[in-house]
Amino acid sequence: MHGVLAYAFGGILALLVVASAITAALIRRYPARSYTSVRLRIQTWWWLAGLLFLALSFDPLVALGLTAFVSYLGFKEFVSLVPTRPTDNPTLLLAYLAIPVQYLWVHMAWYGMFIIFIPVYVFLLLPLRMVVAGETKGFLRAAGTLHWGLMTTVFSISHLAYLLALPAHAGTHGPISGEMLVFYLLVLTQLNDVAQFLWGKLLGRRAIAPRVSPNKTLEGLLGGVLTTTLLAWLLAPWLTPFSPLDAVLAGGLISLFGFTGDVVISAIKRDIGVKDSGHLLPGHGGALDRLDSLTYTAPLFFHFIYYFYY
Amino acid sequence: MPTNPFLKAGQAVLRWLFMLFVAYPMVLLGLGLRVRHRERLPATGPAIVVANHNSHLDFMVLLALFPFLSVPRVRPAAAADYFCRFKWFEWLARNFVGIIPIERGGARKGEADPLEECYRALEAGQILFLFPEGTRGQPEHLAELKPGVWHLAQRFPEVPIVPVYLHGLGRALPRGRTIPVPFQVKVAVGRPVPLLPDKAAFLASLRSTFEHLRGKTALPDAEKEEAWFGEEEDLNEPAKDVSC
Repeated sequence: MHGVLAYAFGGILALLVVASAITAALIRRYPARSYTSVRLRIQTWWWLAGLLFLALSFDPLVALGLTAFVSYLGFKEFVSLVPTRPTDNPTLLLAYLAIPVQYLWVHMAWYGMFIIFIPVYVFLLLPLRMVVAGETKGFLRAAGTLHWGLMTTVFSISHLAYLLALPAHAGTHGPISGEMLVFYLLVLTQLNDVAQFLWGKLLGRRAIAPRVSPNKTLEGLLGGVLTTTLLAWLLAPWLTPFSPLDAVLAGGLISLFGFTGDVVISAIKRDIGVKDSGHLLPGHGGALDRLDSLTYTAPLFFHFIYYFYY
Repeated sequence: MPTNPFLKAGQAVLRWLFMLFVAYPMVLLGLGLRVRHRERLPATGPAIVVANHNSHLDFMVLLALFPFLSVPRVRPAAAADYFCRFKWFEWLARNFVGIIPIERGGARKGEADPLEECYRALEAGQILFLFPEGTRGQPEHLAELKPGVWHLAQRFPEVPIVPVYLHGLGRALPRGRTIPVPFQVKVAVGRPVPLLPDKAAFLASLRSTFEHLRGKTALPDAEKEEAWFGEEEDLNEPAKDVSC
């Protein structure tokens, strides 16, 4: 692992130790209150940080495989959550097959195919398979849901892996690798979620999306945007090729659209009538509950950097 | 069931191999499980586990619910007319999966009791699981329950009967499909069902237990689908008047 990334993981480790210590202190101080959810959440963060470390420490192929697996888990959760028609089972298999194929384009660094495969070819192919099955009742809804699932959990998330395929770029403190960009994007996206949550708890008054996500507040959002943008600016010279202005823009992009991804997935869960998308991550919910912000930030961050730097 | 200790150990190894290379990958990676009240499953035999049946994958999910080391003592009852069509298939099913074949259609005069092998398994302290519907039927629809469990329990009144409801397998691999599609599965384990002297009353109580457990696993699918795809309607019939 590159020296900079090793230090960066050291930072994550310190952050988690502090978070665990604070929780332990709170539990000791207020034995009557229940901190189960917070404790579970931080425990899961340890696992996720370990997973990221594993993904970025070895061959890029390991990171690619893990990202593909995360897409698979997210898509499986999505199709389990939404109703599907029994006649669409063969179509669903095709949709699942799109996951390894999409990541194959990433592995080949075939940008043209990577960027159109799901939005064009899979989009056109799946309805064709559905027509062959012949059921018209609920056709549009089924086709739309399926493609929506692929776009969010596979197409969007695969941008994370494509960052690894980008060539090395000169940065302020040495060459910038794809692993660093992945680390930058992931850590900022997830810290933004945490920062918005904490600022909301601390200062939150005005609900920003009362019908979709009643716990989200304007104060939380603004606090998150400021925290994330500051952090983006601070980390940029070591982990990205960004100029200071671009770093601020990237931070704003990640925090605003991280919020958007979060509320969009919330709206979908509300539409279906569930609170959490699953149970894979104790304290957080399902895989989708953690991927929600990334479905927006991964492609937007990727195209921001791809347009200006590659 | 082999009595020779070497044969017995060999069979246990085959069953572990089946779990490691087929059942666990399929159930944990291909499907994904959420289990409510796993602790209610019997830890030791003799015990009877009854479950609803929608898919060929049902038995793999049930086997995966038990601790790895106790898997060789768990025996799925399976339809003889399906699993014993070919000698080699029966051999695989018996040794790798540990099935007990049952002739469907109940006891006929002059023939051996179809549950004979189940009695032996319970006497040996094994955990037996049965699908009282007898067939996979329509996805997520509970078919009529067959009285085999009641007959079995008459002979072993002290053996607990633990109900398990499996949700989602009718989506993953329904009857008539050959390739499973990844879907998450929810499992709800209930408290032991009391044995009643009256057959019909017992089956009715078992049925209502299954229905109760179904409510614990998810929103009723019919309700969900109606909200998404609209109510089933007959296109030949004139549209209903929706104005009041």
